[in-house]
Amino acid sequence: MAHGPATGLSRWLFTTNHKDIGTLYLWFSFAMFMLGGVFALVVRAELFEPGLQIVDPEFFNQMTTMHGLIMVFGAVMPAFVGLANWMVPMMIGAPDMALPRMNNWSFWILPFAFAMLVSTLFMEGGGPNFGWTFYAPLSTTYAPPSVTFFIFAIHIMGASSIMGAINIIATILNMRAPGMTLMKMPLFVWTWLITAYLLIAVMPVLAGVVTMMLMDIHFGTSFFDAAGGGDPVLFQHIFWFFGHPEVYIMILPAFGIVSAIIPTFARKPLFGYASMVYATASIAFLSFIVWAHHMFTVGMPLAGELFFMYATMLIAVPTGVKVFNWVTTMFKGAMTFETPMLFSIAFVILFTIGGFSGLMLAIAPADFQYHDTYFVVAHFHYVLVPGAIFSITAAVYYWLPKWCGNMYNETMGKTHFWMAFVGLNLTFFPMHFVGLAGMPRRIPDYALQFADFNMIASCGAFLFGAAQVMFLFNVIATIRGGKKATAEVWENPEGLEWTVASPAPYHTFSVPPTVK
Amino acid sequence: MASEGTYYVPEQSKLPIFASLGLFLTVFGAANWINGNDTGPVLFTCGSILFAYVLWVWFSTVISENMAGLNSAQLKRSYVWGMGWFIFSEVMFFAAFFGALWYVRNLALPWLGGEGAGAATNEFLWKGFEHTWPLMVTPDMAVNGEAARVTGPEQNMSFSTAGSLWTWLPFWNTVVLLTSSVTVHFAHTALKSAKRSAFNFWLGLTVGLGFLFLGLQAWEYVHAYNALGLTLDSGIYGTTFFMLTGFHGAHVTLGTIMLLIMFLRSVMKGHFKHDDCFGFESASWYWHFVDVVWVGLFIFVYILG
Repeated sequence: MAHGPATGLSRWLFTTNHKDIGTLYLWFSFAMFMLGGVFALVVRAELFEPGLQIVDPEFFNQMTTMHGLIMVFGAVMPAFVGLANWMVPMMIGAPDMALPRMNNWSFWILPFAFAMLVSTLFMEGGGPNFGWTFYAPLSTTYAPPSVTFFIFAIHIMGASSIMGAINIIATILNMRAPGMTLMKMPLFVWTWLITAYLLIAVMPVLAGVVTMMLMDIHFGTSFFDAAGGGDPVLFQHIFWFFGHPEVYIMILPAFGIVSAIIPTFARKPLFGYASMVYATASIAFLSFIVWAHHMFTVGMPLAGELFFMYATMLIAVPTGVKVFNWVTTMFKGAMTFETPMLFSIAFVILFTIGGFSGLMLAIAPADFQYHDTYFVVAHFHYVLVPGAIFSITAAVYYWLPKWCGNMYNETMGKTHFWMAFVGLNLTFFPMHFVGLAGMPRRIPDYALQFADFNMIASCGAFLFGAAQVMFLFNVIATIRGGKKATAEVWENPEGLEWTVASPAPYHTFSVPPTVK
Repeated sequence: MASEGTYYVPEQSKLPIFASLGLFLTVFGAANWINGNDTGPVLFTCGSILFAYVLWVWFSTVISENMAGLNSAQLKRSYVWGMGWFIFSEVMFFAAFFGALWYVRNLALPWLGGEGAGAATNEFLWKGFEHTWPLMVTPDMAVNGEAARVTGPEQNMSFSTAGSLWTWLPFWNTVVLLTSSVTVHFAHTALKSAKRSAFNFWLGLTVGLGFLFLGLQAWEYVHAYNALGLTLDSGIYGTTFFMLTGFHGAHVTLGTIMLLIMFLRSVMKGHFKHDDCFGFESASWYWHFVDVVWVGLFIFVYILG
């Protein structure tokens, strides 16, 4: 255990170290973020003005589909797993993850899985073109042949996620330092514990539904075929039983991150720690009984519409508790606005906007108007971009000095923030308006009255993309040099990770600390 | 929960990257094979062999680490948590298929038959279709008769069509599998009181019952295909019947292999002590899990089928 890292490529291929594996996850996630971002820019370039200019509609569909799949499974989820790898053992005083070899396996499945997924774009008939939600029969009867590769890619990504989640649960439940009781754990650890539970509960359901697709396509079963007594709507139910907890998988760790950052820069302890824990657990529970709010227009009985409408609205209660606690933590705090804090405050404000548009969508009769319009696109990008992406960015700025021992360039960080903030609002806010006016999602061309707002959105998207290039530059510059960071990095931050040197030694807490 | 401070963290390992490569080649080969590409079977075979070999080495490594005394009590708890949550993930996999069966029987088919909000669906799309279970006449047959693309089975596996319980194969399958859950428990009890030969006997018997169950299942499948006209493509009844029992059978196969390896480890190498037998215990938990799934199948696929 006293050894440092191995040299050369073997360090990364054969590593069992949670910090190395965290780094691998984070770089992989960033590469996928850039790739998914390029796909999004293809979409936005085509939508810059009405008419078909750059790509044909068939390829446009592949771009929207691959953008969604890559961002969800390749960018956001691995980024959070990478942060968990780096931070959870240090936050609970553990020497490493509970199952270090399986940890490396969970990571190395991903490059193979995404290579296979992206390679479908070059196959005969093109890549997946049925949207990231891959509704049957678009993804079965009418799918390109490459759907088989898509299905197996999902299978092994799921295996990777399940193993990663098992590792995180075993680490948190079994590896805490003496005195680190459950209710003393940092919220990032709590939110990841609950996220890992959600992952283990729903990734197998996703595996089940893609298996049903595979059987329907190639082996003559009738799961989603009414002619044989099945039902395409069954696909939507199973998919969203996975899909709704999945969206919380992409936001609960974000809650943990901002709950760590806001107290540091408000210089006050987090307000309402216990209520944060219970709110997270409540959100996780509710996520299992709201799935059909994605399907209000599919033709459900009235009782179903009402149940899923009210259950969905209930989520606003624990989410409101969280927003209240973040705001109250800042109230009368000695606030400073370093880059992580800027991203966190933007998170609170913009995620709340996304939450409110979610409440609008939750109202079943109103949803008949919004369903499959750009209003939905605006809603979920407001929860995912300033939600998941901003929190990950905030986490990188917050912990990067701990990881590499150098301070990042604050001016460049703030420039990144303002470019990203302006870019994302320019991109996604106008989508509310065109959506309410009736512009459908997933179309390469649109009616003339939507032209102005779409042009603004496309400009915003390219600004947002440019901001991420600056982010990459800033991170590389910080790794290569810069002002040395102290062990504490920030002013009196809370948590065990700040008690070790910066950069954190290759092995931390080989002897567990005692937590009082 | 307290850390002992001697948690074993292996330095480096080549296993994960080769396991990833093996897994990738297996599924990449399978996808090519299913899509009719010539390279598929070769890739699939190479991948599976590589994957199986890596897993073999991996488990051997973990066993020898334990024999060398590297595994603290805390590390063993990590393995226990790992296996427990893995079984939970398997429960959720089956939940998807049981959920599909429930949805089809209680909602989709009644609506296709015109109940509730489905009146128009039945009137305009599937006129003449009546909801029954087991579904012998598919909506396609109801509308298109002889020209139907998806036809139902000639006979089904439901208890309602069985003559008597005593000549009904699924009943005997249930007896075999439930008995094997008891015998594996006896094996565990024997191991706990350090009775090696009794452990070997009960574990061997469990493995035998596992193979017997698989044989009976195979016989049932052959019978279904040859005598009952019940196949994977016999509409939603054949779909749910074969997918649920098939995935269960695949899990029984895996469980039997796991228990067989534990049996061979005990007989040939003298592995497992009364206070150190996680490999066997995790295999036995898995066995109890496939048993519980079978009880669900027996009730919802066979008896209430």
